Amino acid sequence: MARRRRRISLRNVSAERNSFLRRIGLAVAFCVLAALLLVGRLVQLQIIDTQQYSTRADENRMRVVPVAPVRGLIYDRKGVLLAQNQPAFMLEVTPEQVGNMDELLSHLTEVVGLTETDIARFKDHVRKSPRYRGVTLRSNLSMEEVARYEIDRYRFPGVDINAGLTRNYPLGASAAHLIGYVGGISEDELRAAPENQYLGLTQIGKNGVEKSQEDLLRGEPGAKIIEANAYGRPLRELDYRPGYPGRNLYLSIDAQVQQVAEKAMGNFKGAVVALDPRNGELLALVSQPSFDPQLFVGGIDSATYQQLMGDPARPLFNRALQGLYPPGSTVKPTMALVGLEYGVVTPEHTEYCHGEMSLPGSARKYRCWKRSGHGPVDMADAVMRSCDIYFYNLAMNLGIDRMHEAMTAFGLGHRTEIDLPLEKAGLYPSREWKLRMRKENWYPGETLNTGIGQGYIQSTPMQLAQMVARIAMRGAGFKPHVVHATEDPITRKIEPVLPQALSKIDLKDNGSWDTVISAMEAVAQQQGGTAYAVGHNAPYRIAAKTGSAQVVGLRQDEIKAPTQESLPEHLRDHALFIAFAPAEDPKIAVAVMAEHGGHGASAAGPIARQIMDQYLLGYVLYGNESAQQPSSSVTPALVPAQQQPPGGIGENLPPEDDEDDR
Amino acid sequence: MIAEALAAIRRPSHKPEPGMADWLESWHIDIWLLALLLAVATLGVFVQYSASGHSIEGVISQSERVLLGLVVMAAIAQTPPDLFRTVAPWLYLGTLLLLVLVELLGDHAKGAQRWLDLGVVRFQPSEFMKLAMPTTVAAFLHLRRLPPSLFTIGITLFIVALPSALIAKQPDLGTALLIVAGGGFALFLAGLQWRWMLGAAAALGAAAPVLWTHLQEYQRQRILTLLDPESDPLGAGYHITQSMIAIGSGGTFGKGWLKGTQAKLDFLPEAHTDFIFAVYSEELGFLGVMLLLVLYLAIVGRCLWIAARAQDTFQRLLAGSLAMTFFIYVFINMGMVIGLLPVVGVPLPLVSYGGTSAVSLLAGFGILMSIHTHRKLIAN
Repeated sequence: MARRRRRISLRNVSAERNSFLRRIGLAVAFCVLAALLLVGRLVQLQIIDTQQYSTRADENRMRVVPVAPVRGLIYDRKGVLLAQNQPAFMLEVTPEQVGNMDELLSHLTEVVGLTETDIARFKDHVRKSPRYRGVTLRSNLSMEEVARYEIDRYRFPGVDINAGLTRNYPLGASAAHLIGYVGGISEDELRAAPENQYLGLTQIGKNGVEKSQEDLLRGEPGAKIIEANAYGRPLRELDYRPGYPGRNLYLSIDAQVQQVAEKAMGNFKGAVVALDPRNGELLALVSQPSFDPQLFVGGIDSATYQQLMGDPARPLFNRALQGLYPPGSTVKPTMALVGLEYGVVTPEHTEYCHGEMSLPGSARKYRCWKRSGHGPVDMADAVMRSCDIYFYNLAMNLGIDRMHEAMTAFGLGHRTEIDLPLEKAGLYPSREWKLRMRKENWYPGETLNTGIGQGYIQSTPMQLAQMVARIAMRGAGFKPHVVHATEDPITRKIEPVLPQALSKIDLKDNGSWDTVISAMEAVAQQQGGTAYAVGHNAPYRIAAKTGSAQVVGLRQDEIKAPTQESLPEHLRDHALFIAFAPAEDPKIAVAVMAEHGGHGASAAGPIARQIMDQYLLGYVLYGNESAQQPSSSVTPALVPAQQQPPGGIGENLPPEDDEDDR
Repeated sequence: MIAEALAAIRRPSHKPEPGMADWLESWHIDIWLLALLLAVATLGVFVQYSASGHSIEGVISQSERVLLGLVVMAAIAQTPPDLFRTVAPWLYLGTLLLLVLVELLGDHAKGAQRWLDLGVVRFQPSEFMKLAMPTTVAAFLHLRRLPPSLFTIGITLFIVALPSALIAKQPDLGTALLIVAGGGFALFLAGLQWRWMLGAAAALGAAAPVLWTHLQEYQRQRILTLLDPESDPLGAGYHITQSMIAIGSGGTFGKGWLKGTQAKLDFLPEAHTDFIFAVYSEELGFLGVMLLLVLYLAIVGRCLWIAARAQDTFQRLLAGSLAMTFFIYVFINMGMVIGLLPVVGVPLPLVSYGGTSAVSLLAGFGILMSIHTHRKLIAN
């Protein structure tokens, strides 16, 4: 204690206190400096750089969620709905809210019926998406299933029924090749698509108009800006930018004509193309057999797809645009025009048909389909009765080079460029082509075969329709198209699709058109014409040409061809028929192709006639001459929902159609 | 002793009427400190409500702790300062024992061993050391001649180092730092010669590479992150990056109370504890931050004023050390949240959620009030 007291006594209390106060002063200075450091940093963060941090805070919390646009509707020219968006009920499960998933799925299976595919696909999706996000378990619930679910709803926490839109095709398999269908977007399609145009969308046009007009039908996706927390859970909507729905399309086809054509085709495999020659508008496009486009919506299951792909009748194949057939005798009117143009024949020029002929210096026989021969035939006879000998001679005199140039001008051998996908170009042969593809010279005999539409020629029904349309229009032509008008779904403003004129085929002598067209009229109107049975009793004048395309070549030693009826079906000739009507003022041009139909006149002719009846008369007269009831063949579903425009069918085109004034 | 103090208080006042302040002072409560502490605690409760996602329970629990702390503060304020000096060595040794116990059988929370569960209460002994350290060092230096001799410095450093090492080992670098600061400031205020300070700084610099290797991996990462938080914005830098976004996006006026998005949407981790300052800055902006900073500086100023007027070496050093420790508390927390300092676990005093911290802090202010209100009338 003494020691401590001594020490204390030695302390200089005043000096210690002063030293302490100096140190307190230093401490205050330290505090002030440190505080200034903090303030400086805060000024930098909160005043100088605040904009940058605000942006980053917003980026943190805001999520842009795309809103899928509503796809445009598709109507026919009179407003019959061909493709629509239907509300559909979808069963959604939010995994986060589900206790035992397997138990839930088995309970749900009892209530709404789930297939193993549904469950497998669902489980796959659950693995790939965040647990708070609903995953679709089944789409397209029936009303009954929805009702059953609602009763038992309390048993299913985390399960919801959501309404969405799915594409629906009211006409089913009718016009399926033309309208096409939508299906799930593939990786490749997404890569090829314009950026940001498929946000929120799951479906894309896969075929037909749905594919070719995808850009119009799709619309502009909108966006919701939502606030989400750090775990990505959406909390509230901050902003909504609506997109723009896709444009509605009015197709040029007439659903009634289309269905008449399909019905007339009956069990034939084949194709029908009907055009309005005055503007290139497609009136009907049939490819038989057809398929149910609804199968593809939302993804087709692979078993059904394999079944469709493996079907020998090839229902998915669009015969009208992709089917390649020899045009046969349907080229004869065009050949006659070309012959007149190049001056190798005159209308009065006569050939004598013995039923067969040979080229000089060759033993090979070229036969007319009529073995007994036609006797003397002039041009009109040759077309009307379809004499092969006449056209062998014509082709021989023209030569393949001139034939190639002229027939190509009428549309053979290249795409018509109709606004539909997957069109084939076909083939009109030439020396150059044969040398390139076959490494062989052209033989004169091949010119003869080509002259009657056989041999190497391959054409689509679409091309034949376009060819006959150009004859009907005396050389004028339009690019075929199927979209008649487009409509803004919000303003309801309709924009017509204007016909695109092709360069006119000018002949030296316009009289050649009259010669050939009256010969085609004789085919259908004059006794002895190959289509007299089809055309003579029509209340309008038909100009037509029949054709049959050989499926099996005849051997040289076969003198007499077997009758078509005696052959097994798959060996029978393809039946062809091209026509336009009324002959003096053409409004419709038709090409019919009935595979293995036998004769053009008997198999394909009636089909063309019924189509023309429906379009020009508004009902099918052919085969119903005794009945006074018109239009019995039209299903009630086809009566347009919109008001029927006044005036006769076929005449009541919207005002933009009056190309007579152009 | 209380009678003595009361007599001292009841000396003729320059004020004609005895007011609230006088009444409180008669109960050893400093009205200035009390008002400032209540102001900060009130702000704290409001921010707490926002940062905890509108949790009333959290607010009530925090308020209870602050109230408990205020009771403890008032109780300690009644105690004459000489008693602290007497119990200091025992408090120190007792806490040291507890720290050893923690080391042996403590609870783990977030990978660090800090908690001691005594069945009734669960607490962090390191919080006691925040008070025991400055008291002990002040009591020790009180006995020595000042400025301190090398021997005195050596003993002091030993006193400081022992518990600091134990706490750093838990690991709780933030608290260890505060405890070192508590002892260090006492030494500094005792008049530690500049040459020793410079020497220590040089030695620390030389030892830095060695210290670096002794840091935990996550501690090293935090220091590296500080240098470039954007280098790994989703990993180690996530915390500090989100904190800076919160603060910066607050701007001058803030987004408004309860309107901060960073905390509410869970982008900011530890929003209601160590990083609550980021929430405060986001919602109340630069001006709100200045208000808080001014309140804190006023508290520190008042405490230093108390230190300056304290009557013996022990009281001066203790008051000064507590004042500076409080400032360091604030500085480290704000510094780490705004990205000036590496992330160490130091809460924002009276605002961050946490029981022991609020109680031990307020107990410290109880000591300061005791020192201030137990002054004897002595002739200069």
